[in-house]
Amino acid sequence: MTISWDNYSSGDSFDELITPGGRARAGAGKIVQYMRKLSDEDLRERRDAAELAMHVMGITFTVYNEEGEGGIDRVWPFDIIPRIITAREWSRTDAGLKQRVQALNMFIADLYDKQQIIKDGIFPKEVLAQSVNFREQCMGIKPAHGVWAHICGSDLVRDNHGTMYVLEDNLRVPSGVSYMLENRFVMKRIFPELFEDCSILPLDGYSTRLFDMLASLSLRPADFPTIVVLTPGIYNSAYFEHSYLAQQLGVELVSGSDLFVGEDDCVYMRTINGRERVDVIYRRVDDLFMDPEVFYPESKLGVPGIMRAWSKGNVAIANAPGAGVADDKVVYAYVPEMIRYYLDQDPILPNVPTYLCMDEKQCEYVLSNLENMVVKPANESGGYGMMVGPAVSKKTHKEFAALIKKDPRNYIAQPTLSLSTVPTMCDGDVEPRHVDLRPFILSGEDRHVTRGGLTRVALKKGSLVVNSSQGGGSKDTWIVETGGK
Amino acid sequence: MLLSSVAERVYWFARYVERVENTARMLLVNNNLLLDMPRNSTLGWEPIVSITGIPEKFYERHKDATERNVMSFIIMDRNNPSCMLYSIKHARENLRTSRAIFPRAVWESLNDLYNYTKENKSAVLTRRSRYEFLRQVIDSCHLITGKLSASMSHDQIYEFVRLGRNIERADMTTRVIDVRADNLLPKNDEELKPFDDIQWKSVLDSLAGYQMYRRYVHVRVRGVEVLRYLLQDKYFPRAVYHCLIQAEHCLRNLPMNEAPQYALVKAQRMVRNAKVENIVHDSLNDYINKLQLAFIDINSELTSSYFEGKEVSPALYYGEPNIKVTA
Repeated sequence: MTISWDNYSSGDSFDELITPGGRARAGAGKIVQYMRKLSDEDLRERRDAAELAMHVMGITFTVYNEEGEGGIDRVWPFDIIPRIITAREWSRTDAGLKQRVQALNMFIADLYDKQQIIKDGIFPKEVLAQSVNFREQCMGIKPAHGVWAHICGSDLVRDNHGTMYVLEDNLRVPSGVSYMLENRFVMKRIFPELFEDCSILPLDGYSTRLFDMLASLSLRPADFPTIVVLTPGIYNSAYFEHSYLAQQLGVELVSGSDLFVGEDDCVYMRTINGRERVDVIYRRVDDLFMDPEVFYPESKLGVPGIMRAWSKGNVAIANAPGAGVADDKVVYAYVPEMIRYYLDQDPILPNVPTYLCMDEKQCEYVLSNLENMVVKPANESGGYGMMVGPAVSKKTHKEFAALIKKDPRNYIAQPTLSLSTVPTMCDGDVEPRHVDLRPFILSGEDRHVTRGGLTRVALKKGSLVVNSSQGGGSKDTWIVETGGK
Repeated sequence: MLLSSVAERVYWFARYVERVENTARMLLVNNNLLLDMPRNSTLGWEPIVSITGIPEKFYERHKDATERNVMSFIIMDRNNPSCMLYSIKHARENLRTSRAIFPRAVWESLNDLYNYTKENKSAVLTRRSRYEFLRQVIDSCHLITGKLSASMSHDQIYEFVRLGRNIERADMTTRVIDVRADNLLPKNDEELKPFDDIQWKSVLDSLAGYQMYRRYVHVRVRGVEVLRYLLQDKYFPRAVYHCLIQAEHCLRNLPMNEAPQYALVKAQRMVRNAKVENIVHDSLNDYINKLQLAFIDINSELTSSYFEGKEVSPALYYGEPNIKVTA
């Protein structure tokens, strides 16, 4: 038995490939037709080939086990049916993301400088005062090009009407780009014929652009700035990515202990030739672990004195320490205002309607509608500590009501969106599964958005949680030219 | 530019890969040898346990050096810090933490080997599937060595690969000589006489040297000649002298090489000037122990010249779990 698209239905959700009438959406015609022709065996063969490729290439993420042996590597579940977006829709999304990240960077720079946006009454002072990611130590520092968040991963979702929303902006150490690149690599291995037939825009060039962006941050005029990727180490869940990126960039992957700050307040690495000066650090270590002299004194992951070197302009750090201040779900609610305030433009991409529990009226609304809401803590990532109202019991609603009342600033709520779906291989059959999308935006002298991004898929039926740590998988994302259609 | 921590991991990565290959060949050869020996021969799997340098760990768990016990000890016993699966795991950890500098294809091969041995390890327990398993392991190691040679820049990093490989080879050759030759050298001539030849041949085989020996040493396979060849030959890749010359060449391309170079030259002299026919008769064990100490010396000079100057982060893996000199 082959895939029967006739029985495929995504219910109320918007499906990215198939219309409610059972026809292929723009750009998806070729692949739907192609997959219809594949026998069960063909499909299984393709899926096994993909799994094997992932295994062989060691594409893994780390989960922490209970035995205390550190992390174990898991191959990240990958689904072979791609998510498809037309090039036309994408160019609008691309523009919207650039606009958004530009405003966010202006906002961060403003907060660490004159705080004009607060003085002008657009952004409330209390929100800043209670932000856990605001770093006072960064006040007055002026990074190159006025950019703080050099690498941003914004999560996009589509509701049942087909509107694409920005769900959150990850401005600290967003991960996932390596999986995006590897997914494409695997897809080209197993579906070469489709890449010949469809005009799928290539992903190539991300590493080159990342390198150029990082090089443009060097504060020392030199032809070949020394760039390093700073990792917390092999037990970090994104270690695979750190190492992958260092490899793609052709730069050193270092841990804190490979670096030190010299008596001249410059950063050096320890090499077999002695010390070597470092110009740019792409850090994948959290702010608070970066410098035991300034932040957590017990941190072994950081480099003592690195903040001093950075503030004196002797080394560039991407993303800049303190950039996470805008990576806060309360701050998120103000992004449309920021775009109007700094750029004098209307936002191209909408925010998901967001209720701030710190506001008494909005909080009241949230508390009386918990069963329809998604409640999120302001500063968690990875899907931890959130509540999906319709999916949980009354008891959990009560628990969250208590949490919200105790610390309203720390919670926001959004209406439960019925995330869009993409056909996904499930036990030999194809069923709809919910997805989101994380494109990556690079900002240096100019801005660049990846073509598509990482599509994460909730593999459990009906689940809306796509995080790799919680049963999510991923798909390749195709931006397809649809020609004159 | 080469980070001290990376140099260290690369060096150990190369040593572990080499160790895996050597171990697999040693088992393969012993396996073949035993098939040729008379049923009541005292020779068995015991020497293999001695070669690891940690027989006491073996006897903590097992009463007898039976084929099955030895196989599982060498391949997968958690009690044996240098068992094959651990060596592969350590090689992989070291590569994983310095993956950015190695060609991707090398990682893929090592990862293949890791998955293969993990899934098929029980194959060594039966004679029928053992050959295939060990053959596969040896070939995989050669594939990794070949990929490194063919697709990686022969720069300073590569010198550490070659250093690791050659030091490990020299070490393994001396271990094999120590244990096997000691058993072979005339003590109870009568018992083993008819099988002397095949035993000496197997010593050469376990170092992949039989064919080359035949080509270059134009005498029959005889104890003294075999030892001379394995210790002093300039051209055979697993001859101790050759390995030490190679290692010296590597060092020439590295900075601050005085101390390790000194240690290497000292070891070279010990090998070059050895009077093999005398050693064979009265002090082989002694001599090999001195050589092993010289290797440890080289290793610690490398460590202090290149690998130190950093705090060791507990999150990273390298170094040898157990360096042991057979006393």
